[in-house]
Amino acid sequence: MSGPAMTVMPGVPVEIAPDVHWVGALDPDLRQFDIILRTANGTSYNAYAVRGVDGVAVIDTVKAEFAEDFFARLWSCCRPSEIRAIVLNHLEPDHTGALPELLRLAPQAKVYLSFPALKMLKGLVKNGLDESRIAVVDEDTRVDLGGRTLRFVHTPYLHWPDTQCTWVEEDGILFSGDVFGCHFCDARLFNDRVGDFRFSFDYYYQHIMRPFREHVLNALALIEPLPVRLIAPAHGPVLRDAPTSYVRRYRQFAEPVLANEAAGRDRTLLVFYISAYGNTARMAQAVREGAEEVDGVRVSLYDLAGGDPGPFVDLVEEADALVFGSPTINGDAVKPVWDLLSSLTMVRVKGKLGGAFGSYGWSGEAVGLIEDRLRGLKLRVPRPGVKVKLIPTDEELSACAVLGRELAEHLVGRATPRHIDFTAPQALSA
Amino acid sequence: MPKAQVTFEDIGVTVTVPAGTRLIEVSEKVGAGITYGCREGECGTCMMKIVSGIEHLGSPSMLEDQVLKENYAGAANRLACQAQVIGGHVIVRPG
Repeated sequence: MSGPAMTVMPGVPVEIAPDVHWVGALDPDLRQFDIILRTANGTSYNAYAVRGVDGVAVIDTVKAEFAEDFFARLWSCCRPSEIRAIVLNHLEPDHTGALPELLRLAPQAKVYLSFPALKMLKGLVKNGLDESRIAVVDEDTRVDLGGRTLRFVHTPYLHWPDTQCTWVEEDGILFSGDVFGCHFCDARLFNDRVGDFRFSFDYYYQHIMRPFREHVLNALALIEPLPVRLIAPAHGPVLRDAPTSYVRRYRQFAEPVLANEAAGRDRTLLVFYISAYGNTARMAQAVREGAEEVDGVRVSLYDLAGGDPGPFVDLVEEADALVFGSPTINGDAVKPVWDLLSSLTMVRVKGKLGGAFGSYGWSGEAVGLIEDRLRGLKLRVPRPGVKVKLIPTDEELSACAVLGRELAEHLVGRATPRHIDFTAPQALSA
Repeated sequence: MPKAQVTFEDIGVTVTVPAGTRLIEVSEKVGAGITYGCREGECGTCMMKIVSGIEHLGSPSMLEDQVLKENYAGAANRLACQAQVIGGHVIVRPG
């Protein structure tokens, strides 16, 4: 798309479609967002004003420090008394910082949000929240602005439980919240005018959306049928040129990074270990051999000393069971194990099977700490781990093999049910 | 001592416990996949699915009821940090 160069000016809204204005704010100097994201090009907080015959809807606001910019642009395209609707697609503070003031200045406006957002709103606007002004929306809700109708697309967990998109059917505009967004600040605003932001778009997906892949797929099933002509996300460029190509990019992202040739045939069990004197390595080998006794399970063994977390995370995303072996050093599992475990928030691991083992010299905390972490990541840990003092005996290696075999049996639904009686005296406090 | 049985379906473990035991008291001990956040019935993290035997759990408190509603809970959902098993046999799984 060609045309005259245009940049965002202070206090001036930018028309992105007839009577639809960008009224957000630019934050070019930001270099780190929410602790977890690096932002080489800063970011933008995108808010929008949609005018109908009967009034104006404001879609999201901005981070509190940028409220002045937001209101300057907003009052340049409407009066406070014209605002009928305030739509909150996502309540994270970078989108709701100006909300309390907007509620005060437009007391007639009604707030439209998803059901999970309601609880969060009460945490954000603690005093004086008039609940009669709040409307919880679903896919059947219509907000008629007069010639323009807002509908809502339920897209939970992209990337908070509250997230939704707002769809203006007459114009084919999708106000997508953080979906299809990125941290890339460029005053030329539109995707066909700004610099190359592809890396930011991809990076944003990998760090924000990837852990919610199944929810991405659910959202795409709702979004792909829409005749989208423009996507207006809450961060980064407004996507007016080939907007559906960004939807297709999400579809590509949501495919597994690694093609799993065993999928549908075998379940996959990964054993990660690291070893100081070869003892935990021998235990890892025994776990592997035990697991391999079970038909229908593909077992793989990886020495963490020889790899980085990134590629292992891709493996983990497609695996069914994860077993970690670590020696105990200074009362803890060792750093390469924690490096991988802390990276697993990048992908969905909930519901996978987990287990732990390790050799130790004095105290042996590593196994319990790894199991706690696995449970914290919402893995199932059906069998207690194996701890061995220093050099494993044949009997102790057999216990490792049993751990591997039992985890593998769980994977294929052949685990032997266990019964534990906690009614013996003192049993619950044991 | 009145007793009850709870089966954690996701890990294939059945426990016999004194009647009145809260699920939170045993699920972590046996490694079940139910995970906890606040442990006080406010966050909803430990919502579980009752596969059978829901009648053997004590009635939810007003607080638990409210949190279940806020989390789109179905009729077979309870919070593991709140639910007490009062007898019989209850089968649960995360979710």
